[in-house]
Amino acid sequence: MSVSTCPSEPRAAGALDALDRAIVLATQSGLPLVPDPWGAVGRSLGLDGDEVRSRMARMQEAGIIRRVAAVPNHYRLGYLANGMTVWNVDDAEVLRLGCEVARLPGVSHCYRRPRHLPDWPYNLFVMLHGRTRAEVERQAERLRERLGDACRDHRILYSSRILKKTGLRLAGRVDRQGGQR
Amino acid sequence: MTVAPQRRPEPAELDAADRRIVNRLQQGLPLVASPYAVVAAELALTEGELLYRLERLLEAGVLSRFGPMYHAERLGGGLTLAALAVPEADFERVVAIVNAFPEVAHNYRREHRLNMWFVLATETPQRIHEVIAEIEAATGLAVFNMPKQEEFHVRLHLPV
Repeated sequence: MSVSTCPSEPRAAGALDALDRAIVLATQSGLPLVPDPWGAVGRSLGLDGDEVRSRMARMQEAGIIRRVAAVPNHYRLGYLANGMTVWNVDDAEVLRLGCEVARLPGVSHCYRRPRHLPDWPYNLFVMLHGRTRAEVERQAERLRERLGDACRDHRILYSSRILKKTGLRLAGRVDRQGGQR
Repeated sequence: MTVAPQRRPEPAELDAADRRIVNRLQQGLPLVASPYAVVAAELALTEGELLYRLERLLEAGVLSRFGPMYHAERLGGGLTLAALAVPEADFERVVAIVNAFPEVAHNYRREHRLNMWFVLATETPQRIHEVIAEIEAATGLAVFNMPKQEEFHVRLHLPV
């Protein structure tokens, strides 16, 4: 199910030109649901569909596009327990262990982040998703076993309220040369 | 922009074909000519049926989006996770202040002394620090900035 992003090599992004940026703007709200989506995007930009598709493929190759995919709403799929688990892991071990636990079931995002001592000793963040809190706790237990003695302490911070969820908006970050829909 | 706190949606009823679509399309559309026809054939659906169901799954909010997922930093932008320890009595005031920043993409309440966690997405990496200073000035609270230092995995895949 997963493509390993470990070790997380920064891929050379390469420069985006004005047409790439126009494609980003034209697709950030979604890809058209028509038989020829590349052509549909292209028509709004004065490009042919093959040009749109090959530019998007190049951006995906460079990691600028992670993938072209469906983004599910966790709750609507029945994933009611979404826990941000945070772990205080030995700095000498965190890279190796981060790679390992990132592959465990239930993990969507896994990052190393800075500690803020004394308030916040946790340096490894692992998002876990389950249908129930018990399921998330089982996933967290597997993580704890994998981290072993390198982990001093951990917490599960469940989200108890969505305060805002607009998603990332890229418009304005990219220039508008080349037109847009 | 949504400023008001949102309620959690209820789980949806999905039939077998919907489940196949949700599972398959979380993994990514191939960047080929007629990509929906290719995926439809894999799922033993017609292209028209796939497109119709996909539209319905989006309308019903089962999928929040379908399309390219862009890597903000590789587009030249700034991205970070930040947290606040908000006094309970002050929580609603601080929600309103923080949510009013367009750079705040997501904001969640979590059960911890650090009880507000939000993602900042900005046009430039430098702008992150400006927004953090503005939030600190407006709320009177210290922002804990926790930018990623290493990304091990980013792939939300929720099988149904």
